[in-house]
Amino acid sequence: MSIIYMLLAISVVVAVVFFVAFILSVRQGQYDDTYTPSVRMLFEDELVKGASKTSKATPQPKTQNNANRKLK
Amino acid sequence: METCYHCGDLCTGTAIAHKGKVFCCNGCKTVYDILQDNDLSYYYDLDASPGISPKDFKGKYDFLDNPEICEKLLEFNEQDTQIVSFTIPAIHCSSCIWVLENLNKLNAAIKNTQVNFPEKSIRITYNSSAISLKKVVKLLCMLGYEPCISLEDFNKKKKKTDRTLIYKLGVAGFAFGNVMFLSFPEYFEVNEFWLDQYKGVFRALMLVFSIPVVVYSAQDYFVSAFKSLRSKLLNIDVPIALGILVLFIRSCTEVLTQTGTGFFDSLTGLIFFLLLGKFFQQKTYAFLSFERDYKSYFPIAVTRLDASKYFKNRYLENQIPVYQIKPQDRILIRNGELIPVDGMLLKGEGLIDYSFVTGEAEPIAKNKGEAVYAGGRQQGGVIELCVTKGVEQSYLTQLWSNAIFQKKKENELHSLTTKISKHFTIGVLSIALCASGIWWLLDPSKILDVFTAILIVACPCALALSAPFTLGNLLRITGKNKLYLKDAGVIETLADIDTIVFDKTGTLTTASENAIRYEGIDLSEAEESLLTSTLRASNHPLSRNLYNLLQDYDIQTLDDFEEQIGKGISGAYNNNTVRIGSYEYVGGSQVNWSFKNGKRTAVHISTNNTYKGCYVFYNRFRENLPQIFNALHKHAELIILSGDNDGERATLTAMLPKQTAMHFNQKPEDKLNFINKLQLQGKKVLMVGDGLNDSGALAQSNVGIAISENINVFSPACDGILDASRFQTLPAFLQLAKQGKRIIKWSFAFSLLYNLIGLALAVTGNLKPVYAAILMPLSSISIVVFTTLCSYYYGKKISALKNKEQNSKS
Repeated sequence: MSIIYMLLAISVVVAVVFFVAFILSVRQGQYDDTYTPSVRMLFEDELVKGASKTSKATPQPKTQNNANRKLK
Repeated sequence: METCYHCGDLCTGTAIAHKGKVFCCNGCKTVYDILQDNDLSYYYDLDASPGISPKDFKGKYDFLDNPEICEKLLEFNEQDTQIVSFTIPAIHCSSCIWVLENLNKLNAAIKNTQVNFPEKSIRITYNSSAISLKKVVKLLCMLGYEPCISLEDFNKKKKKTDRTLIYKLGVAGFAFGNVMFLSFPEYFEVNEFWLDQYKGVFRALMLVFSIPVVVYSAQDYFVSAFKSLRSKLLNIDVPIALGILVLFIRSCTEVLTQTGTGFFDSLTGLIFFLLLGKFFQQKTYAFLSFERDYKSYFPIAVTRLDASKYFKNRYLENQIPVYQIKPQDRILIRNGELIPVDGMLLKGEGLIDYSFVTGEAEPIAKNKGEAVYAGGRQQGGVIELCVTKGVEQSYLTQLWSNAIFQKKKENELHSLTTKISKHFTIGVLSIALCASGIWWLLDPSKILDVFTAILIVACPCALALSAPFTLGNLLRITGKNKLYLKDAGVIETLADIDTIVFDKTGTLTTASENAIRYEGIDLSEAEESLLTSTLRASNHPLSRNLYNLLQDYDIQTLDDFEEQIGKGISGAYNNNTVRIGSYEYVGGSQVNWSFKNGKRTAVHISTNNTYKGCYVFYNRFRENLPQIFNALHKHAELIILSGDNDGERATLTAMLPKQTAMHFNQKPEDKLNFINKLQLQGKKVLMVGDGLNDSGALAQSNVGIAISENINVFSPACDGILDASRFQTLPAFLQLAKQGKRIIKWSFAFSLLYNLIGLALAVTGNLKPVYAAILMPLSSISIVVFTTLCSYYYGKKISALKNKEQNSKS
């Protein structure tokens, strides 16, 4: 049953690892701007070749666009 | 009417058809072309009409040629890598983020750009050997994303974001989770042999986990309790700190003497919840600043005319930082530029708009030799000034040396929580003493147990959470309805307001629109068409206003156009002539015109040398003012405090409830002193203002709310910024603040109920760790749920009001 020492040690180490990861990410400023990255991750390499493009008369609404992207 | 493909504005006047799209102006068309040519047309797919029509910026950023100024703006400057950050108020949608983060596609010398959307700022990394800072700024302007560069950016210190609360919360949450986990065997009182065997290890681990929580996470409570005791006050932190301390010491002794498990789970949970409350209360609007002074309004540089280099009838112009202006320097101010220093007019016709500084609605004409004060905006032609005082000695900036700007408002002392906590602490201590006394008679061995148990269970966790969660919720609700408050304390103060002081210009009147009325002989269609065509060519603000009113007429190419700065303009077409401008300029002959019309601004018209009439400009008051005043009158006494003359007294009297005090011609200091006088009479004053001239009064008042037509631009230091479009919601906001106070009172009663249950357990000596562990989170969570439900119920009413307004408009 002394394996419980081992188990406790492991659980504490795992907890501490996550804790340290959290502190580091805060320190790096990852939580300073919580909005922009959420938008940025939806962008792909959307360069549209201007000359050849047959442009749409009405731009797609944003929600539809996001939905499309989720489908991909 | 069609809307512009780029910016979504209505294409009034001249719509430009281009590549199958319609644009409202050439600027929008150019941006479209630039984006199209650089394969960035995805911009238009992200959001419909996301663009901003670019403004004219010619010559505006010449000061960026000065390396000294550039140096001050740069965050990082080493060889080929330069980093600069700008605030761009125009950032508003995901298209903005996308196009700004793809700036490197437009110019390869820009290495990397990163947008911070909540702050509306951009960080650009570029190579200064390939592209100058001025060109970077010009590129942004060309796309319609004009950065806001003001004196505030000069010597900008790197803002340090305070993240200690998140760290503390992290530590407490981490320990809370682990301690809960470790105390599970104890909760179920499993008398399993091996678990009993290892009890000591579990308990020791719990103790170790809770040390950083008490020492680090909870330190604010100890510091605050100590401070309040030293100033002989009992704030809410005193019983909290006492509770934490007793919990920790008793738990430690139990574990070390192996007599029990202690209350480590309750202890860490308590601190975690308390910090969560603090965190929730902190709602910051990253893109707003409540601490602004004149610096964010003033330009960073000014054009100096170098007297030593005079050739070809011109002085050599150079751009210097505003702080380097010395008395006797000769400076040049262009149309629309702000005068940063006091000076004397040397050349040109000054037409200076002081509305932001003094509250006077009309621009003031200045002639050669007259004194000009800092803070005014030149409207019209170019003027030259001889500087009399440096920036920091100017009449306007002197206002900021008043002590009121150094002092921070103390809301906490009068808060409801502080009031109740005094009685609470005394009550708890006396109960603890009485109970100990009784137990001394019954069973002296249990005295210490009971005494500490009472202090533990009475720890006002739920009580301390009531106000932060209620106010935090209300802060979010008001924010959603475009009243941005500095912190949660403002709401409590707002609930106690009994006097409301209004500024007039810009607060009760709108700065964005004028009411214009024509007085005189009717003009024929041909004349109006000629008038419109002539106005179109002029950049004078009054001409622009008039043009916007008249622009439905056909535009002709004029045969002749002449502008006499400060006097007027004239145009000719098909042998018809029109003169527009001052009464003297158009050749009016009636004497004392100005006498008849009081102090109003007017533009006079004559065609073919006969006087026709004039367009008179009125201040337009905001909509529904009488109703707003009536609604507010129920809550508080109303007072008008204006820097302007009393020309509108009659109009105001008609709108205001009877016997409302009105004071005119008030200088900024007068306003400050007036508020101070009211406060000495024991009044709680809400100041509603807009300009720099109100900044003293806003700082002095109990709550200062700045009205802003565009919340991203400038508002003086204040406690709250209200979007001008929601001015009519002001009574509802006051109502909400009062209801918020009621919610706090209810939840106080609610949490006291929990404390009573806990006390009953403690007094009878039945407090087991598991009871404390259940009671504490239960009370906290139910309080949070209660306050949230209540505040959103009341908040809904405001949103409903908004919807109703929108429906009635459409």
